[in-house]
Amino acid sequence: MRKILLWLPLALFALLLGIMGHGIINPEQTTIRSKLIGTPVPQFNLPAAVPSHPALKSSDLATGKPVLLNIFASWCLPCIAEAPVLEELKAKGVTIHAIAIRDTPEDVARFLVEHGDPYARIGSDVSSRVQISFGSSGVPESFVIDGKGIVRHQHIGDIQPQDIPKILKALEEAR
Amino acid sequence: MIAEFGLGLLWLAAGLAIIQSLLGILGLRQPDRPDLGDAVRPVAVAQAVLISIAFACLIYLFVVSDMSVRLVAANSHSDKPMLYKVSGAWGNHEGSMLLWVTVLAMAGAGIAIAERRVRRDTLIATLMAQGLLALGFYAFLLLSSNPFERLNPAPQDGQGLNPLLQDPGLAFHPPTLYFGYVGMSVAFSFAVGALITRDVGPAFARAMRPWVLGAWVMLTLGITAGSYWAYYELGWGGWWFWDPVENASLMPWLAATALLHSVTVLATRDALRAWTVMLAVVAFSMSMVGTFLVRSGVLTSVHAFAVDPQRGSFLLALMLIYIGGALTLFALRVGTVREGAVFEPVSREAALVLNNLFLTVILGVVLIGTLYPIVAQGFGQQVSIGPPYFNPAAGSVALMLVVVMAAGPLMRWRSDNVKTVLRRMAIPLALGVVALVLVRIAAPDIGVLPWLGLTVALLAAAGSVAPLWKRNLLRTPLFTWGMVISHLGVAVAMSGMAVDSAFYKERLVAVNEGDTTDVGPFAVTLVAVEPVIGPNWTALEATMVARRGDGQPFTLHPQARNYSTPPTDTSEAAITTHVDGQLYAVLGKQGQDGRWQLRLWWKPLVTFIWLGGAMIALGGALALVGRVWRERRSAKSAGASA
Repeated sequence: MRKILLWLPLALFALLLGIMGHGIINPEQTTIRSKLIGTPVPQFNLPAAVPSHPALKSSDLATGKPVLLNIFASWCLPCIAEAPVLEELKAKGVTIHAIAIRDTPEDVARFLVEHGDPYARIGSDVSSRVQISFGSSGVPESFVIDGKGIVRHQHIGDIQPQDIPKILKALEEAR
Repeated sequence: MIAEFGLGLLWLAAGLAIIQSLLGILGLRQPDRPDLGDAVRPVAVAQAVLISIAFACLIYLFVVSDMSVRLVAANSHSDKPMLYKVSGAWGNHEGSMLLWVTVLAMAGAGIAIAERRVRRDTLIATLMAQGLLALGFYAFLLLSSNPFERLNPAPQDGQGLNPLLQDPGLAFHPPTLYFGYVGMSVAFSFAVGALITRDVGPAFARAMRPWVLGAWVMLTLGITAGSYWAYYELGWGGWWFWDPVENASLMPWLAATALLHSVTVLATRDALRAWTVMLAVVAFSMSMVGTFLVRSGVLTSVHAFAVDPQRGSFLLALMLIYIGGALTLFALRVGTVREGAVFEPVSREAALVLNNLFLTVILGVVLIGTLYPIVAQGFGQQVSIGPPYFNPAAGSVALMLVVVMAAGPLMRWRSDNVKTVLRRMAIPLALGVVALVLVRIAAPDIGVLPWLGLTVALLAAAGSVAPLWKRNLLRTPLFTWGMVISHLGVAVAMSGMAVDSAFYKERLVAVNEGDTTDVGPFAVTLVAVEPVIGPNWTALEATMVARRGDGQPFTLHPQARNYSTPPTDTSEAAITTHVDGQLYAVLGKQGQDGRWQLRLWWKPLVTFIWLGGAMIALGGALALVGRVWRERRSAKSAGASA
């Protein structure tokens, strides 16, 4: 028994070496394309993030009209930068729903007061489970969803002023 | 010409490493030819001298900005301040590997010159192992990472050094870590040497201990400095990110800390023989695994090193040979090493075993968390492992570890009884309980980990100084002082971590010039944002005035810098240190409406984290001096009486 135990470190090291070797042969992917494009949005039913806005569930994203889904958080700095751009999109007639990630009602309410409120509905995703099911790993991130609830476009990071035409075009095509 | 001279020296040193290993093998096989074994020492010293000159050549090439050398052209620029020209020599892959072998060879020379305590054959075997180790890294340098490669035609000027690295603190962070990493190679070589000659015992432990202590002090300093650098240079307000490269330095430190304690058990009580040898192998293996993770690019990290899979494969092969070889030797030989002493469940030894156990568990937690993304990718999943895994997993074990740390020094060697240990622990335990209750009442909504962290930190602080109780402080040995200061440092660092994570205040705001924001006890006003120009960068610099209550107002100048070569944006945080913490300000982008994004933190007691780190290292240094001093003195008195 003791004899076998003495070989255990070597066996563990071989395993470690195997893992690292595997890592070399298969380098890490640096860009991940959303597998969700062309597929229906995942099923979810989130509670309202703030009392002033209604809650959000998957069927709200399939009402016959394309919408923009914005995943944001009050604690996220780029989301503050993005806020005026979303307001501009709203002014151009875009319906924007939101999912607030790991947030509290007070923080979201303060965010909306301080940085503007372009949202129709805001769901609260406290555990970020819905965010993960959307294949989103960071905030902010936005999805263009067509009237049937199919994801048509994914925008990673904050939407900047120069991205507005691209987003509007994606919304137009989703019609 | 200097580059060719350096390359020549590198080849010569590699040749000497071969001779050193061969002489070692021959010396061990032919005990009747003492001249063979005796020659190993001077060869080890000569190898260190040659490689040190080669390293000096590389520094010279950076100092004079010889752009015909590819490495200089890729990592330096004639406009760079002199300090960064010099540090540019090791701020890149090839240069850092050259530094690595230089330190390795210098450590080998150090053993050859200074080591007189271990058996002669063990010393020869150790130097042979050190020569073989060096040889692998010479091959790595010469075959895949030649630092002296020429560039033809030579460019007009260089491409510069990553601006994040242009920082005085960082000029000395990598060499410190390397001294630590490579110092562990001495422990590794001693372990291999002792396994070959079946000489695992107290004498071997005493010979190895100062090297382990020295390397451990360097690692501690390197990690502490690296953590502070990440804190003020990255501008994210955090001091530890569980980034693969940070973990790469933490893992050898954990193994070295365990080794430091087990080597004491072996030296004092002749117990834990196999385990100590194992740890000596593991500590250096973790240094190599760390280097591999950093240099091969298998894991993405904030440390954007130039990566190359071919180099990764080379390092992997080196690990296969060295670690695989050492572990095979371990499995074959350690069974024949005589069992050491056994001991009682309540004793200093038992506490140290528990310490080793907890440290090993934390090491396992960090290793699994660091490598899991590679495994997951093998199964087609993208994951990143962060604080939600590491903090509770490593933190909870660390809490138990620190409790044992407080109790261990209060126990006697060999055997002790529970009652007397509890009596000695009475004050620390009472303080701990009081803290447990008071913190809960004073701050009912902080997390469990910070809450327990504060409690355990207080308990450990009291427990750490308890060994000095009723002692004549002037007659207390230096290494006891070292232990007390190190352990107190752990308590100090832990209280800093707990208080910062429980009570920090963060504000993200978009403000106009003239607006005032509150963060923690401070009111901060953005006065103006103006452009400024530095030696090789331009920046937008904010002027902020902060004031605590009715106190004296003071200004902060965070910058958003833009470096020209290579073109990079960095954020220079403005940090002011106060008795009870730091105010930390970062200037963000300007929004469409003209408002500036500001990120402000009040970080109470955050400085304790690095103060504690420095105390841990200082304690180690005192212990090192104390041990060496005592051995010198006892050697002298032994010589006088003989």
